[in-house]
Amino acid sequence: MSARETILRRIRDNLGPDEAAAGAVADRLGERAAGPRPQRSQLPHAEQVDLFAEMAEEVDATVVRVAGSEDVPQAIADYLSAHNLPARLVIAPDGRLDEIPWEERPTLEIRRGIAVEADAVSVTPAFAGIAETGTVMAISGRETPTTLNFLPENHVVVLRESEIVGTYEDGWQRLRAQTEMSGDVTSMPRTVNFITGPSRTADIAMTLYLGAHGPRRLHIILVADDGG
Amino acid sequence: MESSQTFPENAIRAIADDQLRDALNKVRDGFGGARRQIAVDRLPEFDALRDAARDIKNHVITHLDLYLERFEQRVQESGGVVHWCETPDEARDLVLSLCQEVDARTVTKGKTMIAEEIGLNPFLEAHGIAPIETDLGEYIIQLADEPPSHIIAPAIHKTKDQVADLFHEHHKKYGKTERLDDPGDLVDEARQVLRRKYIEADVGITGANFLIAETGSTVIVTNEGNGDLTQTLPKRHIVLATPEKIVPTLEDASTLLRVLARSATGQEFSVYTTFSTGPRRQDDLDGPESFHVIILDNGRSQLVGGKFQDMLRCIKCGTCLFHCPVYASVGGHAYGSVYQGPMGAVLTPNLVGLPTTHHLPNASSLCGRCEAVCPVRIPIPRMLRHLREQSHAARMVPLMERWTLTGWSWIARRPAAYRLWARFMAGILRTMSGRSGRVRHLPLAGGWTKGRDLPAPQGETFMDRWRRMGGAGS
Repeated sequence: MSARETILRRIRDNLGPDEAAAGAVADRLGERAAGPRPQRSQLPHAEQVDLFAEMAEEVDATVVRVAGSEDVPQAIADYLSAHNLPARLVIAPDGRLDEIPWEERPTLEIRRGIAVEADAVSVTPAFAGIAETGTVMAISGRETPTTLNFLPENHVVVLRESEIVGTYEDGWQRLRAQTEMSGDVTSMPRTVNFITGPSRTADIAMTLYLGAHGPRRLHIILVADDGG
Repeated sequence: MESSQTFPENAIRAIADDQLRDALNKVRDGFGGARRQIAVDRLPEFDALRDAARDIKNHVITHLDLYLERFEQRVQESGGVVHWCETPDEARDLVLSLCQEVDARTVTKGKTMIAEEIGLNPFLEAHGIAPIETDLGEYIIQLADEPPSHIIAPAIHKTKDQVADLFHEHHKKYGKTERLDDPGDLVDEARQVLRRKYIEADVGITGANFLIAETGSTVIVTNEGNGDLTQTLPKRHIVLATPEKIVPTLEDASTLLRVLARSATGQEFSVYTTFSTGPRRQDDLDGPESFHVIILDNGRSQLVGGKFQDMLRCIKCGTCLFHCPVYASVGGHAYGSVYQGPMGAVLTPNLVGLPTTHHLPNASSLCGRCEAVCPVRIPIPRMLRHLREQSHAARMVPLMERWTLTGWSWIARRPAAYRLWARFMAGILRTMSGRSGRVRHLPLAGGWTKGRDLPAPQGETFMDRWRRMGGAGS
């Protein structure tokens, strides 16, 4: 008997017969019921946007709010100069970032694609912002490679206000709606990242330091849009 | 590694270790409760979430076979492979062959307790593969050639100066010859050294906090981002997991994640929570080309349906260690086990057997703080008592202790005899104490009176007073 069969048989023997089991499992997977959701995230959308910004700043992300896509290049230029960074960006090859008028800032050197070791600053869109904890939800795909979220020391996220939701569950619902991830089809992206602030560690003498392996800084540019 | 069999001696040595004391005091002042409490106070739903978390885990355990099959099916549909192993030996061999298949020379590792459980690093090294720990705490103890002393903070016993010495010694070969003193500089240096390793690695190995039956996803939680670099850059991603890590849906995982970080580090949410499903997709620009999940049982399926089933709810947050007065005094190494503190004192005997670990259930005052803070409400003290009963019944306890307990249990169940005996003993102790009112040496309990005096009983016994005052049932 294979290890698989031995383990499963032992579990079945220990549990004893239960004719309702298969039905209970199918129901649970079908219903996908949510547990208790924090009241603090159950707010009108504009207040969810505020909560998102407040929670993200609490965990050492920086947040700036701009009126539209056209203001993003300026916001990025400000960020680069504030931290004395070279004007070189690696950005996600994503349609939402292509709407940004980069050409207005000809001094910005831009490459689209995955991040490599030498990249200091990445710019990515996000799939959603989760107000509950100021969390950026990112998914992997052709337009959004995962390395951009982790390799560079500076990660700039361009997030539209309409992309902000209250809870993690709202994020999953959004993903299911977008990818038509029904009960019988697995269409989860390879990677879903929930990112809450920049990388940190307290492994040396219980003292907190930012920038352990992932980005040292997480900068979120919140773009006002009409979709909220 | 110290042995569980010598826990009493290990504990005495640990208490005398000044550097360990400094490190443990920092733990007490840091994670030892205050941070968790702040996070809990900010979330009025926390106790309701704990109930929900407990219920999710109970539901999964009582339907574990079906959820495991469903998880396996989903992983396969997304292009990954699930492997099953009964023993640590099987799991080690399997990891090695998965590494050899892709001619791996360097393997990066996110934090995984399963790898510690199966002793993976020395095994890979013996077969010419270099495993590199990437979690900073794991990296530090890998350099020190020590086992972890805490399930979520493996190098918690190391002071900053000890880390500085280790880096100074081991980073010379990378041209870093200066001994650094500032913790921030030490973190930076480790970042630079490990950066190269991520890029060189052929295989990335991570653990899993959860496995999701609905989608076939594995979930890791880190603050450093090391797990993500480990699993994204190499061509193969291997996940080490155990059967009870299953949760039904993404919603269920969300509930558990809400209690995990708050319990573990007092954070509202860990920095990186990552869901991985299969290998990179056809259009993806990065990510691993192959995805393997190893489900190691190592005795866990045996706990289903038994007295220790509740232990399978454990989400390895480590908060019971932070809250345990015994752990706070002796640290993790004294337990001689991969899993330490209260949860380890239940889990370890169940995984490796009581004969070599029967001291561990005694490494507790049964004060109940572990159960009071457990995010999935595991009745740890009750299970410690079960284990004590088992070791007593199996005659693993020294003869004198067994006789004493047997005698005690006989007399405690016979009220009349107990009253007589208590009166008699109180008289003897009074006589022995003489004028000082203190017994300086007790026959048969010399160990106890070696470091303290026993105050002689005063006045009548409790039972006598209870009766005199007209107590109920007397």
